[in-house]
Amino acid sequence: MRLIAAIGEWFDARLQLGATIREIAQHPVPRESASWFYVFGSAAFVIFMLQIVTGIMLAFIYVPSAGEAWNSLQTLNHNVALGWFIRGLHGWGSDFMVAIVLIHMVQVFLFGAYKFPRELTWIIGVFLLLVTLGMAFTGQVLRFDQDAYWGLGIGASIASRVPIAGPAIVNLLLGGPIIAGATLSRFFALHVFVIPGLLIAFVSLHLLMVLKLGINEWPMPGRVVRKATYIKEYHELTKRDGIPFVPDAIWKDMLFAAFILASIAFCALYFGPFGPSGPPDPTIIQTAPKPDYFFLWLYAVLSFLPPSMETPALLIGPVIVILALLLLPIVFGEGEKSWRRRPMAVLIILLSAVSLATLTHLAEHAPWSPVMDAWSGIPIPQEFIAKRSALERQGALVFQAKQCHNCHSLGMQGGKRGPALDAVAVRLTQDQLIRQVIQGGGNMPAYGKNLSPAETTALVAFLETLHPAGQSPARDASRAIALAPDAATPPPAHP
Amino acid sequence: MTLPGGVSRRDLFMKLGIFVNVVVGAILAVPIVRYLLSPVVRERKGADEAWIPLGNLEQFPSGETRFATYKNPIVNPWDGATADIACWVRNVDGKSFQVFAINCAHLGCPVRWFPQSNLFMCPCHGGAYYQDGSRASGPPERGLFEYSYKIESGKLLIKAGEMPTPGDASNIVREIRPCV
Repeated sequence: MRLIAAIGEWFDARLQLGATIREIAQHPVPRESASWFYVFGSAAFVIFMLQIVTGIMLAFIYVPSAGEAWNSLQTLNHNVALGWFIRGLHGWGSDFMVAIVLIHMVQVFLFGAYKFPRELTWIIGVFLLLVTLGMAFTGQVLRFDQDAYWGLGIGASIASRVPIAGPAIVNLLLGGPIIAGATLSRFFALHVFVIPGLLIAFVSLHLLMVLKLGINEWPMPGRVVRKATYIKEYHELTKRDGIPFVPDAIWKDMLFAAFILASIAFCALYFGPFGPSGPPDPTIIQTAPKPDYFFLWLYAVLSFLPPSMETPALLIGPVIVILALLLLPIVFGEGEKSWRRRPMAVLIILLSAVSLATLTHLAEHAPWSPVMDAWSGIPIPQEFIAKRSALERQGALVFQAKQCHNCHSLGMQGGKRGPALDAVAVRLTQDQLIRQVIQGGGNMPAYGKNLSPAETTALVAFLETLHPAGQSPARDASRAIALAPDAATPPPAHP
Repeated sequence: MTLPGGVSRRDLFMKLGIFVNVVVGAILAVPIVRYLLSPVVRERKGADEAWIPLGNLEQFPSGETRFATYKNPIVNPWDGATADIACWVRNVDGKSFQVFAINCAHLGCPVRWFPQSNLFMCPCHGGAYYQDGSRASGPPERGLFEYSYKIESGKLLIKAGEMPTPGDASNIVREIRPCV
């Protein structure tokens, strides 16, 4: 024991770090801040450590070459002992990291912790969010599969919409005129050197400021932040009611971080690693690319924006959101901290959470995507063709053969791009059906050139049968009169 | 020691040190920035794009639209499968052709041809195009990207080499059709 102490003293006499570390460890935190609500920042930090370790381990095997990356991932999954598990840890760690960073941000926002004097801590936190998302996106590219390839195409298509500089930005992003070897190499450099470097720098500053300025006190309704008096009040509070971070507060951080690490390990073990999906061969087009979980909401936004809104929303929207986040502590640096006195803050969080959750949920089902194989893979349910005339059944064949089923569902099966047609005959009369099929419109292609008159007649005959039992199809009342000469002219008198 | 004008010797050397580093930094920045911008400032178009054969004309029967692939004109050995690009070839009437990029004009996903309904459909956000490449429905703001083509000694050639994106219509022969 004495030997260890002696060795410790020998090192400390030269390093001179002991006093600093003791000071950091024992810095006082307000008693009420040593709470389960204050554990997310440290958990994000611990996941970042996990990502560094697992990332380095993956780099032992991974080949950052467009021709070999996918194969090296297969090797990791199947030929390297527990390679799949390390990939799982890294992939799930990324999802958990984004989630914990978001939760941390919500907690800081609701507890008013961004107010004076911690404005810069928040601003650097916003940069940390951006680089974390940057890591998530570039990491998805390194899993160089079909989704990564077409995801890069989507990224390039968005970037190309920047006025004037767009094409140049695309070439910079891709490292050349197409998605190829140079693209993967530069995303590897970004994911492994550039963004982690930024992340480490921002995390260091962020932590330094937390230590220097002290952890946010528990917000009390009515305890208002004023720049003139806050620092004095905070120091009085920590002096009067402070506890040392180690050991009185840190145990909650440690327990939560361990719980999160265990959860990541469980997910990696139970669900396994993410992909890779099909090989990144652009000539294999039987694919429906989808982004990773935390970008699904964006995928939904991109399909819902009207075409004319898309470019402005894509280019201006992020700028507004980031500016609002950066300016938040500057504009609202004083005042109430407690969320009980900040209804707008609570509403903003609720609105954002509901919007993101809804969009993510929608993107998981992607109702806007045609079901590309519905016409050949999903038959029309039996009840729609039983007891139908030959012409109507011929129409059902046209419905399948012309890929109507890819966008329109019958009996909850098929595409949801267009409206379900189970009861279309109630909504549209025969003439309206013919017009819609031939001319299209309302986001439907016109089929006039692709259907013969006989096919159109059969298809419309089939569509006219699509109404609930007991509910009669829509009729144009005037049409019967117009088409029936007997009704229009008085019957001839019998001799 | 203080020089005339009140500048001390130490101050002067300090400033000299900063000045020398700024000059060297600025000189070094030129090749570094040039290196970083190399994908942008290389002699574009002429170098990137080339006439590439898609195959014999017999592969593309009159009145039909067929899948074709080509190797990008500039490749690195480590590009792997990404050097192979797909496109759709439409033989309009046996004499004239249309060659469409595989990338949807919305966000670049691969469009698929359905000969039964004569439509191109995109799996991502549901863009659809008619057989002549014009926009039929969905989020795209315009028709499919189209390559220039020519026919030489019984082969169909296209001018390609750059991924078409909605913001860069330079390799498009058709005028941009506004969304209606």
